[in-house]
Amino acid sequence: MDVAFGQYCEGDSLLHRLDPRAKLIISILYIVVIFLAKNVFAFAAVTVATLAMIFISRIPKVIIAGGLKPILFIAMFTAVFNIFFFKGETLLVDVWIIKIYLEGLINAGLIVLRIVLLLISTSLLLTYTTTPIALTDGLEQLLSPLAKIGIPIHDFSMMMTIALRFIPTLIEETDKIMNAQKARGADFSSGSIIKRVRALIPIIIPLFVSAFRRASDLATAMECRCYTGGKGRTRMNVLHASPRDFVFTFCVICLGAGVILINIYAPGYSVSM
Amino acid sequence: MKNAIEVKDLSFTYEGYGDSPDVTALRDVSFTVPEGSFTAILGHNGSGKSTLASILCMLEEPGSGEVIIYGKRMTGEDVTDEDIFEARRRVGMVFQNPDNQIVATVVEEDVAFGCENLGIPSAEIRKRVDAALDTVGMRKYARHSPHKLSGGQKQRVAIAGVIAMKRDCIIFDESTAMLDPLGRRDVMETIEKLNHEDGVTVILITHYMEEASRADKIIVLDGGRVLTEGTPAEVFSDPEKLWEASLDVPQSTELLYRMKKAGYDVRLDIFDAEGCAAEISRAIEKRRGKRV
Ligand SMILES: Nc1ncnc2c1ncn2[C@@H]1O[C@H](COP(=O)(O)OP(=O)(O)O)[C@@H](O)[C@H]1O
Ligand SMILES: [Mg+2]
Repeated sequence: MDVAFGQYCEGDSLLHRLDPRAKLIISILYIVVIFLAKNVFAFAAVTVATLAMIFISRIPKVIIAGGLKPILFIAMFTAVFNIFFFKGETLLVDVWIIKIYLEGLINAGLIVLRIVLLLISTSLLLTYTTTPIALTDGLEQLLSPLAKIGIPIHDFSMMMTIALRFIPTLIEETDKIMNAQKARGADFSSGSIIKRVRALIPIIIPLFVSAFRRASDLATAMECRCYTGGKGRTRMNVLHASPRDFVFTFCVICLGAGVILINIYAPGYSVSM
Repeated sequence: MKNAIEVKDLSFTYEGYGDSPDVTALRDVSFTVPEGSFTAILGHNGSGKSTLASILCMLEEPGSGEVIIYGKRMTGEDVTDEDIFEARRRVGMVFQNPDNQIVATVVEEDVAFGCENLGIPSAEIRKRVDAALDTVGMRKYARHSPHKLSGGQKQRVAIAGVIAMKRDCIIFDESTAMLDPLGRRDVMETIEKLNHEDGVTVILITHYMEEASRADKIIVLDGGRVLTEGTPAEVFSDPEKLWEASLDVPQSTELLYRMKKAGYDVRLDIFDAEGCAAEISRAIEKRRGKRV
């Protein structure tokens, strides 16, 4: 089981090779760009850019489509809400108290598109093409100036690293303990909810005991390896920004500028939200 | 020869809290470990081996007595944090549970962890990590994630992490206890290679007699005291004493010891199966020769 690596898809595309710091910055810029888009043409531009990004990443479409499942409900809810309650000019349907306007339909479509674009672009940049550990490193180095004003950036990043390191170990252990309890006749899959929750107690307690034991062992081992916190520490793998990181960031900035221009000079059906 | 570690009259007590009483884990322990030597520490569970190891790594403060590490006295009031850091830089430890000492999610990053703590420049760390992974034969797993490795492989990664810091002395606290025979053999080979080829001072805590018999010197702990010490031949020549401390001797030694008691003229300082077989057949030949 590879939970520790979340949704990461092994690969060697341009997107995979971008510096994690660049990807963090680009994600933020991209979110801003998506929110800047105000009308159909601007949305078209952002959609094309996102499709291009999917193409560059070479992540299978199935995986990306699958990633949209969690927002299905919220997207549908937003769409329905917009279709029925939006007041526009071009009335399409007028039955009893239901009034549907063309603008309402467009608005609903664009809002759903915005949610979808947000999800796809951030997960493309930050989960599908970046390992959690690279992301942690990137975040640590990006935020390191904050350490000067006393925010324990290194400590958070170390905690994150250790958590990522031990998640698979603890999952394995949970499996082992569950099997051991099953062998003693425990039943986790039938009975009322209360009964099932109660059946979990003999798993959670040994798991906690062992997790504390591991934590204490690991702390000793780290101390023994001269760990004294972030001060005076160097890194073997220093992140190096390369030209492609700047080029990619520049492209996203251009996209943003384009979107603003389209908003101004090509007013089409604009969204209000 | 200079001593890597000197211990004089060391005692140590774990203070009890609540209802639990104080536990005296070490009593008046004295020994020396010469630089470049291979010392084994034997003792059954609870005899104080791990306590001793953690004192030598400055993880516990010595109670009374003296501990001198590479000429620097580590006991007393005037020991600074820098002294402790320096001692830890020279004396490293590999623990029993391979899972609980690996910090990073990628093998090579874990090996680099100690060097990063020492503030070594990146390029130098890279070199050391590659060399250390070569030494333990794990170079091809450099980019793997540690949780998928076998126990023996994890233990070799942990050893690489210690080697990369260029420690002069490495303590192995039952580092082979959780491994299968194959993993144990790999790790033992790595340890011996470090000692013979790189001149690393090795302190091996174990309860496998076969492993201990490969050392230059054996120290036997019993109830927190040094029961006996000497070369493997000296220590194993008196199996009764070890049996009293509920320890074994190597199987070959036990066999030869029983033959000697039965009147055969055999040597006792043979610890491997082939040598033992040769010695027995020699003794039998000899006796037959006498009869004829
Ligand atoms: N953290 C601790 N607190 C209290 N007592 C301890 C602690 N660790 C070990 N002991 C006790 O000290 C004695 C020596 O333990 P240890 O050094 O772990 O032995 P070994 O490694 O030889 O099995 C044992 O009696 C053990 O119960
Ligand atoms: Mg122990």
